[in-house]
Amino acid sequence: MHIVVCIKQVPDSAQIRVHPVTNTIMRQGVPAIINPYDLFAIEAALALKDQLGGKVTVLTMGPPQAEAALKKALSYGCDDAVLVTDKLFAGSDTLATSYVLASAIRTLDQENPVDLVLTGKQTIDGDTAQVGPGIARRLKLELLTYVSRIVRVDPAARSIRVERRAEGGVQVLETRLPALITMLEGSNEIRFGSAPDLFRAARAQVRRWDRNAAGIEDITKVGLKGSPTIVSRVFVPSSRARKALQIGFDPANPEVATQALLDKLLAEFPKVKKELDNKRAAAGERHE
Amino acid sequence: MTQNIEKFDVIVVGAGPAGNAAAYTLAKAGKKVLQLERGEYPGSKNVQGAILYADALEQLIPDFRDSAPLERQVIEQRLWVMEDESYVGATFRSDRFNQMPGNRYTIIRARFDKWFSEQVQKAGALVICEMTVIALLRDESGKVIGVEVDRKDGKIYADTVILADGVNSLVASRAGLRQDIKPAAVALAVKETVFLPRETVEARFNLKGSEGVVIEMLGSISQGMAGTAFLYTNKDSISVGIGCMLSDMKAQNTTPAELLEKLKTHPSVAPLIAGGETREYAAHLIPEGGYKALPGLYGEGWLLVGDSAGFVNAVHREGSNLAMISGRLAAETLLELGEKGLPSSAANLARYKARLEDSIVLKDLKKYRNIPETLDSQRQFLTDYPALLNDAAHEFFTVDGRDKASKEKAIFNAFRERRSLLGLLGDAYRLWRATR
Repeated sequence: MHIVVCIKQVPDSAQIRVHPVTNTIMRQGVPAIINPYDLFAIEAALALKDQLGGKVTVLTMGPPQAEAALKKALSYGCDDAVLVTDKLFAGSDTLATSYVLASAIRTLDQENPVDLVLTGKQTIDGDTAQVGPGIARRLKLELLTYVSRIVRVDPAARSIRVERRAEGGVQVLETRLPALITMLEGSNEIRFGSAPDLFRAARAQVRRWDRNAAGIEDITKVGLKGSPTIVSRVFVPSSRARKALQIGFDPANPEVATQALLDKLLAEFPKVKKELDNKRAAAGERHE
Repeated sequence: MTQNIEKFDVIVVGAGPAGNAAAYTLAKAGKKVLQLERGEYPGSKNVQGAILYADALEQLIPDFRDSAPLERQVIEQRLWVMEDESYVGATFRSDRFNQMPGNRYTIIRARFDKWFSEQVQKAGALVICEMTVIALLRDESGKVIGVEVDRKDGKIYADTVILADGVNSLVASRAGLRQDIKPAAVALAVKETVFLPRETVEARFNLKGSEGVVIEMLGSISQGMAGTAFLYTNKDSISVGIGCMLSDMKAQNTTPAELLEKLKTHPSVAPLIAGGETREYAAHLIPEGGYKALPGLYGEGWLLVGDSAGFVNAVHREGSNLAMISGRLAAETLLELGEKGLPSSAANLARYKARLEDSIVLKDLKKYRNIPETLDSQRQFLTDYPALLNDAAHEFFTVDGRDKASKEKAIFNAFRERRSLLGLLGDAYRLWRATR
């Protein structure tokens, strides 16, 4: 099995602030971390490697300092790391980024055929969830998004079965390899790498690919030029202040308090009230 | 499957100033050095005021000024003896500091330590973070031969282990190389970094370019406890903090946060930080037990450096420089042993202590060996005298109907009433004794 995990180095958004006047993001002093969703992809890849053997390659596109994120990934137990970095890539949106990463994966595939590409469901700085699907589309990989569990991978049968969280339930999906999976949060917990893994990561040379090494064929598809997305405005949404409502009640009479609370809520959400009334009517009919 | 990690000449535990100085010196001389840091990156867990004394670093990296992240070069030093509403101060400001290579700088440790560690790595040491040493490995004779870390397959071997793991030195304590620190030998210091526009910092302190000011404070702000406070100017922030002996805080049932809040509202301090935004809050222990509280500094296969050895000169607010010096001396001791083909036995490592005694590390600590006891038993230095001094100044600088001779007499009487003539003489003697 050769698994490629696409990660992104992001500013720790928990510590980021927006400049109140210029509306620009103040990155100064904010630590860079691996996109937290990508950690679930890394762990899922390592767990598959434990089970089936093979190799996990971690891949990112970014500035030179993104090497730290790759080294961190190596310290968890990934085998190989590639940083795709080129001044031409600056300003890439999700369309351009997926083009760069797809090209790099194609190059990796020539070295060692890729069976599976994993990534987090989205990043915490962009929140688009577009790059994973973009790569899958470009490389014609089977796409499985919002995966909460990889049930099994059968390398001989070239098949994979996963659980996918969908509205109102869990879908169990099976498809063929090669596939691209975007992992959901909470699906696993990143491991505590062994001492030898940390030594290996500390000494590892992360491979650096420029546009040529990464196999980029069309440079008009990367960077600002290849990015049709326009950020027209950045602003801080005004905080929605809502007053808490206090409903006084007599502790000796909880039923009355419950009824008061219910009435208040149902008055606030007429749609719910209507649904409830309908259900009540239906239930009432059945009783009669 | 157990994997064996290869053996190193030296393992340095901790990536603060002491550990970095040791690792840098050894790696530069070609030794195979492994440095382990439990924090996410070097400096992530380190806290200091922080003043960098150039000399100790210059010994290691003569051209550090070209690349180190320095905040401001200190050209003015203020000492304030405080009462609740006033202070009596001494200031030394000199433009001569601008005409020579800087002697002291304000720094931000998270940035500085990261830079220092990069130099260590460039010198050839292998630095691994997020790895915590949990025990020392020993051979049958008891000699330290390596460390065990908190990760799988985590036994790593070396000829010598340098413990630079800070004030608590959990490793040394756990291994029985030293005792746990006592509340009476350690200060608890807290600080806030208050951000202000660069121009505001410069205007408030009369600074230009990269000039900086240091204010050291003592008196009523420590509420009778043995301790001092500080205010340092950084590029676009001000570090303000206070530290007192842990045993005193416990006895008074005071928290450092309360002390810091009070300091920040002092009428002489508040305007200096007004309008700033506190973005960092940090606390740290400082070993201030001095010479008499020093643990054993070396043994079979191991050495203690920096805070873990208790090298802090509380009187002069020096610690990180002593850490760097001790780290360098530990390294130089090992290099000397290496050249002579001698093992890291306790008998041979005694040369480390001899080097320390020959340096400001132990010379200065020895000079002030009685200070902790004097301050502990003679609280008048922290309570009565600051009050008397401030009252005296108030009296002296108030022009009213009274003649100057009467004023002087009133001031002297106030001193005599509070401390008595013999008490005053005794205090002068005690202070003289404690500082020599």
